[in-house]
Amino acid sequence: MKAAGGIAAIPDAVAFDPLATGGAWRRRRSMAVVYLLLTAFAAYYLLPLGVIVLNSFRDLGEIARGGLIGLPHSFSLDHWAKAWNSFCVNGLCKGVEPFFYNSLKMAIPATIISTAIGAVNGYILSAWRFKGSELLFGFITLGVFLPGQMVLLPWAYTLGLLGLTNTVWGLVLIHCVQGLAFTTLFCRNYYVNIPDALIKAARIDGAGFWRIFRRIVLPLSPPILIVTVIWQFTGIWNEFLFGVVFSSGERQPITAALIALTAGQTNVRQYNVESAAVLIGALPPLLIYLFGGRYFMRGLTQGAIK
Amino acid sequence: MPSLVIRDLYKRFGNVEVLRNINLEAEAGEFIALVGPSGCGKSTLLAILAGLETVSSGQIEIGGRVVNDVAPKDRDIAMVFQSYALYPTMSVRENITFGMESRHVPKAEQDAAVARVSSLLQIDKLLARRPAQLSGGQRQRVAMGRALVRDPALFLFDEPLSNLDAKLRVEMRTEIKKLHQRVAKTTVYVTHDQVEAMTLAARVAVLHQGVLQQYARPREVYDRPANLFVAGFMGSPSMNFMPAALVDDGGRPAIALEAAGNGRTLLPLPRGIAARGTKVLLGIRPEHLSRPNGDGHGARPGWGTIDAQVEVVEPTGAETMVVLRAGGREFTARLEPDDSPVVGETLRLAVDMNKACLFDPESERLLQ
Repeated sequence: MKAAGGIAAIPDAVAFDPLATGGAWRRRRSMAVVYLLLTAFAAYYLLPLGVIVLNSFRDLGEIARGGLIGLPHSFSLDHWAKAWNSFCVNGLCKGVEPFFYNSLKMAIPATIISTAIGAVNGYILSAWRFKGSELLFGFITLGVFLPGQMVLLPWAYTLGLLGLTNTVWGLVLIHCVQGLAFTTLFCRNYYVNIPDALIKAARIDGAGFWRIFRRIVLPLSPPILIVTVIWQFTGIWNEFLFGVVFSSGERQPITAALIALTAGQTNVRQYNVESAAVLIGALPPLLIYLFGGRYFMRGLTQGAIK
Repeated sequence: MPSLVIRDLYKRFGNVEVLRNINLEAEAGEFIALVGPSGCGKSTLLAILAGLETVSSGQIEIGGRVVNDVAPKDRDIAMVFQSYALYPTMSVRENITFGMESRHVPKAEQDAAVARVSSLLQIDKLLARRPAQLSGGQRQRVAMGRALVRDPALFLFDEPLSNLDAKLRVEMRTEIKKLHQRVAKTTVYVTHDQVEAMTLAARVAVLHQGVLQQYARPREVYDRPANLFVAGFMGSPSMNFMPAALVDDGGRPAIALEAAGNGRTLLPLPRGIAARGTKVLLGIRPEHLSRPNGDGHGARPGWGTIDAQVEVVEPTGAETMVVLRAGGREFTARLEPDDSPVVGETLRLAVDMNKACLFDPESERLLQ
């Protein structure tokens, strides 16, 4: 083991160019092939998103005439405004705005609480191991593999018992508990790399359970906490099953409301408004990934504290 | 009054006994070293003293108080770890004050303590840095500073120099010795390096397979090792062992080497000990073999000679190690560089039998 020197700085990837064999022409040719292939795949994956984005700006008449796929001849942000706060969903003509806030009210506390509990769990399971703690950890991680459908009935019963049926807090509770397996797994596997000697030194120094956590473990945690927060937030935001089963009407999170929005139409489907609504619903995770993605990848690959 | 007493200590992990019947004492201010190969139980013993491990049975007294059930933080100890265990996200100053912070020592007192320790260890200019910005030697100093600032009843060192390069290790060894001479605190120092143990400690405890082999002053451990293990472990190159028998050489006690080849080598025996005919193991340190200097072999009392063939010559600068073969057995001599032989040469070596050790081949104990 090397000296305890903080989170090890990852050395920059050694400059290695796998295409750098053969002469200049060969190199250029292989470079072109690589870029061509990558561009093709990227286009393929981005196509649906592109179609939706374009449709959100097009007139309904234009979509009806030219089909779902096509470049906009007109450009209008009206459909976005309509989707946001005046389109009728679930018999409530306020657009997706209230549902968007429902999702925020659910995802933010659930993310914070489940991450915090996961961090403390991970800290205990790595720094304060006891007889059977490995087994316990095994049981907690079992939750990672449990399909959501399996827990629907127990949750329905529990929420009823607690009087949290069809409330945002009911969904918060569900996501906290369901997310624990992941957050504990992440944090424990990260904290396991904190040298034992650090904890021992702190104990000899007279620090207790919480002081060690606050002053030694937490300051080492940002990489894994960022990973956990991103994972939890996107997971909870995008979650559909619990949202649609355990809430109804104006209490639904945006994922459930989007389905209601597309299902509740009596006459012509408003593809442009639907597109805008879907994009609004996808925006928060997208933004989080855009701003935090870098840390996410780093946190996942780094892991070790040396 | 001894400031550390270990009585009849046993430690078991499941069915494995890692420490067996350990009895040790350290006087107030004494520096003792626990030395042994990896897996001998020395680090476990230190962890037990620190309170990081429990004992299976036995008693530990620190400063006259039984501490078996006392938490690490209340044992009045300080520990320096092999990896230094500096808190990576804290500055050097915070590393040093963390213990006082945990104990709610007033800020002014903390500052005074930091000033005292940092000038003692010459780390005053590093106080604002993070551990990652320090060199190995500096980290080592900070780790010692963190221990010193506590002013504890007992210092525990867990192989503190093993992460340093060879040159720095020697320097820091001297520093630790100086430091101990200044602060004069009871210290338990764990190491696998017998040179560190010899140079630093007032008394050395040699551990092997969880059993205390010998606990004595370094000189005694080196000159009169209690058994074969201690004899082989302490000293580098290792002591040479040769099977031999006690015989009578014209009325004088002597020792005959068991030789595979022709002729037998007789060496004088200064201390008449066991009965004739007894099988023994003769232990001779490499430095007690030398080239006879002109005055003929065996001229001095208690010296003998041995003829051997040179197999390997290893000059180290200050001295030359020579691996020789006699009677089908290899052994090492530590010669003056000027005396360096040539490979293949047959060499006559003088043996200082006054310094030789005899061991019982059965019990492996030193014969007195």
